[in-house]
Amino acid sequence: MAYIPHTESERQEMLAEVGVKHFDELYGAIPADVRFPDLDLPEAASEMEVFAELTALSEANLDVIHTTNFLGAGAYHHYIPSVVDHILRRNEFYTAYTPYQPEISQGTLQAMFEYQSLMCQLTGMEVSNASHYDGATALAEAVILALNQHRMKRKKVLLSATIHPHAREVVRTYTQGMGLEIKGDEDCNVGPDQLIDLIDETTTLVAVQYPDFLGHIHDYTALGAAAQAAGALFCVVANPFALGMLKPPGEFGADVVVGDGQSLGIPMSFGGPSVGIFTTKEKYVRKMAGRLVGETVDKDGKRGFVLTLTPREQHIRRDKATSNICTNQGLMALASAVYLSVMGKTGLRKAAELAYHKAHYAAERIDTLEGFSLWNEGAFFHEFVISCPKPVSEINAHLLEYDILGGYDLGQDYPELKDHMLIAVTEMITQEEIEDLVLALEEVGHD
Amino acid sequence: MTEPLIYEISTPGRVGVTLPNVDVPEAGMPENLIRDDLPLPELAEIDVVRHFVRLSQLNYGVDTGFYPLGSCTMKYNPKVNEDAARLTGFAFAHPLQDPEASQGSLALMYFLQEWLKEVGGFKGVSLQPAAGAHGELTGILIIRAYHLSRGDAKRTKILIPDSAHGTNPASTTMSGLEVIEIPSDERGNIDLEELKKHCGPEIAGLMLTNPNTLGLFEEQVQEVIDLIHSCGGLVYGDGANMNALLGVVRPGDLGIDVLHYNLHKTFSTPHGGGGPGSGPVGVLDHLVDFLPGPIVDVLEDEKEEQPPLYGLICPEKSIGRVKSFHGHFGMMVRAYTYMRIQGKQGMRAIADHAVLNANYLRVRLRDVYKVPFDRICMHEFVMEGHWPEAPDVHALDIAKRLMDYGFHPPTNYFPLIVPEALMIEPTETESKATLDAFAEALLKIAEEAKAEPALLQEAPHATPIGRLDEVRAARQLVLCCRPLELDSAAD
Amino acid sequence: MEFPQELKYTESDEWVRVEGASATAGITDYAQDQLSDVVYVEAIAELGQDLAKGEAHSTVESVKAAADVYMPIGGKITEVNEALMDAPEIVNSDPYGEAWMIKFEVADASELESLLDSAAYKKHCEEREG
Repeated sequence: MAYIPHTESERQEMLAEVGVKHFDELYGAIPADVRFPDLDLPEAASEMEVFAELTALSEANLDVIHTTNFLGAGAYHHYIPSVVDHILRRNEFYTAYTPYQPEISQGTLQAMFEYQSLMCQLTGMEVSNASHYDGATALAEAVILALNQHRMKRKKVLLSATIHPHAREVVRTYTQGMGLEIKGDEDCNVGPDQLIDLIDETTTLVAVQYPDFLGHIHDYTALGAAAQAAGALFCVVANPFALGMLKPPGEFGADVVVGDGQSLGIPMSFGGPSVGIFTTKEKYVRKMAGRLVGETVDKDGKRGFVLTLTPREQHIRRDKATSNICTNQGLMALASAVYLSVMGKTGLRKAAELAYHKAHYAAERIDTLEGFSLWNEGAFFHEFVISCPKPVSEINAHLLEYDILGGYDLGQDYPELKDHMLIAVTEMITQEEIEDLVLALEEVGHD
Repeated sequence: MTEPLIYEISTPGRVGVTLPNVDVPEAGMPENLIRDDLPLPELAEIDVVRHFVRLSQLNYGVDTGFYPLGSCTMKYNPKVNEDAARLTGFAFAHPLQDPEASQGSLALMYFLQEWLKEVGGFKGVSLQPAAGAHGELTGILIIRAYHLSRGDAKRTKILIPDSAHGTNPASTTMSGLEVIEIPSDERGNIDLEELKKHCGPEIAGLMLTNPNTLGLFEEQVQEVIDLIHSCGGLVYGDGANMNALLGVVRPGDLGIDVLHYNLHKTFSTPHGGGGPGSGPVGVLDHLVDFLPGPIVDVLEDEKEEQPPLYGLICPEKSIGRVKSFHGHFGMMVRAYTYMRIQGKQGMRAIADHAVLNANYLRVRLRDVYKVPFDRICMHEFVMEGHWPEAPDVHALDIAKRLMDYGFHPPTNYFPLIVPEALMIEPTETESKATLDAFAEALLKIAEEAKAEPALLQEAPHATPIGRLDEVRAARQLVLCCRPLELDSAAD
Repeated sequence: MEFPQELKYTESDEWVRVEGASATAGITDYAQDQLSDVVYVEAIAELGQDLAKGEAHSTVESVKAAADVYMPIGGKITEVNEALMDAPEIVNSDPYGEAWMIKFEVADASELESLLDSAAYKKHCEEREG
């Protein structure tokens, strides 16, 4: 039996000590008619056999190591320095529980304190929690923070249409029992200026994405000011990698910054786990959900770290808690902290600039192709939209013949963007690979 | 021993990574949107490695020693799981790549769904929820949507036993429903009479943790479930304690309508110092259409030579997506690996040895520590960490003293219905020798408590740092590397 | 533990001092002792707001617990003690004095009759100590 250390004689000795002869006698409280089902599961197998099976399954997938990847749309293939996974594999980190016993959990606690600090610096905010599940659920928690801040008296939420479709859907799922009015995302052409017109005295939160789902980078200062003038909170969904070079949302006056931290040292892993970033102003800290690490001292005055402001949380405040979140993304937050530490001040900036320049070069080259044109107007970061002469699925099928993973088909989420492809270019892409993409697209245009 | 903060070991000009040069013409930048300063630390790779290795050494994990944290199922995390999740085709697959190019991942998810259905007795499973509490929210939203779909809009109340984990009431509130707390009776079961008083047309459902947080299987579980169903409500099962039920009883067979699993408890995926977890939700037939989408299904059956074609589908009346993409795929790979190795035979063995280990410790300790509900328990039990002979020693002191003996303390002060609670869950992966050593330490501590209480009250003595001032942490908030000015809170 | 004679008490551990048409309220010595070190006090009520008996006007937090503080009798809020925001520890050191939480205009003085006097409240505390 795998992972069970008992020998037969130990088993007998222990059963005797408990006062039973057989395991079956331990389950007297369970209704006899449903006890001990015959499970239809595969037979037990050895580690060797199972690993071979898993290897075969993994090889049935396409992956971004064996292709050239231009697909982004919320999950990005960035370089992950080897250091990151070596630290994640430290058993003392990954086999520990939530740090409820601070005397033997200072490693996790200090790492989370450092994660919080790094997130504050990156987003330009005052406080950060120790993570949410992902960027989408972090946005839903931001909506709930705003509702609580306004004591459920304001029930209108404005979501920009260029927030990731999954994140908007998650907000709607989370809040379906709260009787909210969620507006602003009917049309992807509604920009920040038009969102201002939708703000009124019933608005609790205005949320936008930066860079937005279609790649644009906007100055949200005026929108943030308009939201706050109406008493609403202003939330920016940010890509933290882009903040390596872009102005932090704190400078737009954001009340809450959320985002998905996958681009900071976490492999895409078919969509998860990643980490949900949540930073805010100090005045909202007691309305914030999730764990929080604070600095203090021990009885001898030595600096140490503890979970703090826990009365916000479900294990104390139960039905009145700020959220039900308990398990978070601790290990993924650690990955981001290690990534930001090793990339550092100059590394993250350089990686972000590489992605920016390469994306602009690719956009410019594709824009010259017959049948293709760059849809974006104004500034963008490392993703952009291409208007295509054919359905995106057809183009992608052609690209795959050259081992190129093409962009995201925007028609799935925005009917007005049928035959438009969202292309992501990260620092992993070389000029040569851009030229290969251009050549392959050119063939499509000529077909 | 303390380790400086990452910012404190930063040196201007130091670099940790090398990156390629720009190989394309540089584009112009929108100057108004470019940041001036990027206040990240500056370190060499070796600085980063040593810093985080030293931090790891201040931690205690399952791989360090015994971790009997009740309700958390801190079992051994098999190493092959970690290797499997890092296979290139899994770790470097894009979640939005064409499903036809993701057949390996989708097949894995499909089988995991099937196996979870089988061990739980359910008709449908969604792998999307990210953690137990996330599964609870999903499940309660499903219950709400079910009643609404039948035009039964007045069912707005959820019954929750007083022994429940705090996530249960919090999840209910988040779903827009109201909590009614039900007391436990003198045998640690749900008080059936009290439950009857509340059953009626406003009840959306009951959240049931079974085995409950006392580690006891509800003796009247069938009556409880039948009662809720008879008044039109549904039963939510908190699957946190599923480890005790594998191959023993299937919650679906008991009539539980919806349940979340914790892959990070029952199915051996690591806890990661707080996460990530994974909280799939299983449902009976009448709730399958409400599951969050997408879920994996077979689109084209297997033909000669051709494997089946897997794809993503969204259930008809889905409550909607609860997370980006497909959930915590990396955790699914680990759980798949574990279930595949354990197989049919392994499931029952897990439960048997988890239950045996808990009962063995209960019996070894009960003469010295009061076990308030002293009957055969499931995978965990609760005892009181307090003696009249040592009135100034509390459960917390015992917990802290255990660290000096090299053990992680049990859960303390939970469940709330037992005073000075110490909640012990050994799991099946611990040997008799480990359990004996732990029992000896607790018996020794009980003697110390009476002879030399200060030894406990000032514990731990052998850890890198002593007891921390939590009051100071909460009163003088320092939440990131620069201290926050308290007076800024007034604006 | 103190139970000042001139105050009235609730079973949920609030005290109230009535002077003419106005009243001052806070939490009792017993309540602060149960909470242990108070780390945060927040007024939920807004100035000018009418609250009924039993509605929450403030929240008090310690490291391990959080509790809502309820109106002992109904009234219109005229003042909240903002000093508690910066110095929550006075709730522990001076619960009946410096750590008053709200002042309000009494809506219906007859509601006072439902409250406990010092002796009855003291008994109520002793019973819970068991």
